[in-house]
Amino acid sequence: MKLHRLPLYLFSIIAIGFLTLPLLALILRAVSDSAWEAMSTPAVGDALWLSAWTSLITLIITFVFGTPLAYTLARYKFLGRRLILVLTALPIVLPPAVAGLALLLTFGRNGLFGDMLRSANIRIAFTVSAVVMAQVFVSAPFYIRSAVTGFMAIPQDVQEAARVDGAGGWALFWRVVMPLSSRTLLAGMVLAWARAVGEFGATIFFAGGAQGRTQTMPLLIYQLFESDLDATIVTGVLLVIVALCALLVAQFLSREKAIW
Amino acid sequence: MRIQLAILIILFAFITAISHAQPTQLTVFAAASLTDVLTEAGTLFDSQYNTQTTFSFGASSTLATQIREGAQADLFLSANITQAQNIIEAGLADGDMLIFAKNRLVVIIPADNPADIQSLADLARDGVYIALAMPDVPIRTYTDQMVEAMRADSAYGEDFYAQFYANVVIEGANVRQVVTQVALGEADAGVVYASDVTPDVADDLAILDVPDEFNVIAEYPLVLLNESVNGDVAREFIAFLLSDAGQDLFVKWGFSSIRPAKSWGWAVICEGNPEWSGCE
Repeated sequence: MKLHRLPLYLFSIIAIGFLTLPLLALILRAVSDSAWEAMSTPAVGDALWLSAWTSLITLIITFVFGTPLAYTLARYKFLGRRLILVLTALPIVLPPAVAGLALLLTFGRNGLFGDMLRSANIRIAFTVSAVVMAQVFVSAPFYIRSAVTGFMAIPQDVQEAARVDGAGGWALFWRVVMPLSSRTLLAGMVLAWARAVGEFGATIFFAGGAQGRTQTMPLLIYQLFESDLDATIVTGVLLVIVALCALLVAQFLSREKAIW
Repeated sequence: MRIQLAILIILFAFITAISHAQPTQLTVFAAASLTDVLTEAGTLFDSQYNTQTTFSFGASSTLATQIREGAQADLFLSANITQAQNIIEAGLADGDMLIFAKNRLVVIIPADNPADIQSLADLARDGVYIALAMPDVPIRTYTDQMVEAMRADSAYGEDFYAQFYANVVIEGANVRQVVTQVALGEADAGVVYASDVTPDVADDLAILDVPDEFNVIAEYPLVLLNESVNGDVAREFIAFLLSDAGQDLFVKWGFSSIRPAKSWGWAVICEGNPEWSGCE
């Protein structure tokens, strides 16, 4: 054993230990308690399903709208570019409850677009759309910033060479840029998805958190925490397992050369 | 040597004097609906005694869970008996619970009444957005009781019951979140305590009274936690809340006083502490 590597290993063990021991404690408690009856309540099924499909839609929206923004920021120099880069990071810093309030003040009935939405008979706040919007708001920045880094990492000469060979804007993007940055994009999507699934503060404020309607897993866990600790633990472990599977799949996918 | 001894003695006396001048810390976990009244009570209490009272306000159910999981506090002031009972059953409070205030429910609507709610029956109308607290929060438990009482009345019945809950789109973490949603005008109606219509939100809200036959008398119990290190100060605070000065504060903030009756458990406290200020 190379002694000079000891600090490296030691710090690594402390870091990974701190990150995984709480999860282990959660799983151990869940196994030793017989609270699996709690799983059969409709609330758990509802929340699980809602979290799953809303986070997926969130991911799609984030990709569709986040990628062009990231590409623009990576590729072109323009006035205000640095400011926009900073703005994309702001939702990360904002406390989720503040984010929820901000969304409410924008898209709520009395918000900025309140009158416009009301005349079109569209209600956004306290619907499932609000759940998705809250998730997009807090998670998209993670994807966008990752994508910007990924796009900027592609050497200029590779793009020039592709252009010399006749690749126009769209082809350049799809056939050259995307495949080369696919791993970073995937990493960004995983991070964004994880943030979206764990979203709590903005959801309860903007979407309402009503059971069976807009109550996602984190909201259910918060509610259960006050009445049934065993059910909380079991639901928490469920969330961990689902997340683990998704992350493992993402990890496996990223080992391919290119996804496209 | 003598000089050093003298300095030591002076330092010691100084430190002792400082520590005597340090205010006694009192940590109180209290229901969200008590935010305004207790903040004022705390300031008054601290000015009369050498104390520094810190409050942690939140849903009683959340606070009870925190206490059960190890949060440090001297007193727990709950919005319903259930949560105080939880603490007693967990063995964290040995004494009886004392009712220190009462409250009743009201339906609040935004001042401009966007959904045109004129009566309780309108709450069951299609498309009305109702804000309640999430299950286990005392105000939600009381609201469920109120709706149950209405369900038993032929004027409302099963239809009202079903429609009412179908209209619940917001389940806030505590009663104050419900107030905020209605005050912002985002919810069409919410069920909160009469005391929650505080001066800062009174302009944004209109009140729909809940008649006595459906209304609930919310009883607020407090318990002295076993882990409390400042039992004497805590008891003085309890006495303050139960005194005329304290009860006047509750009435000022929209609660109902427990006067003229002394609350439950009072006899038990006095038996054990006959010299206590509330007992003569």
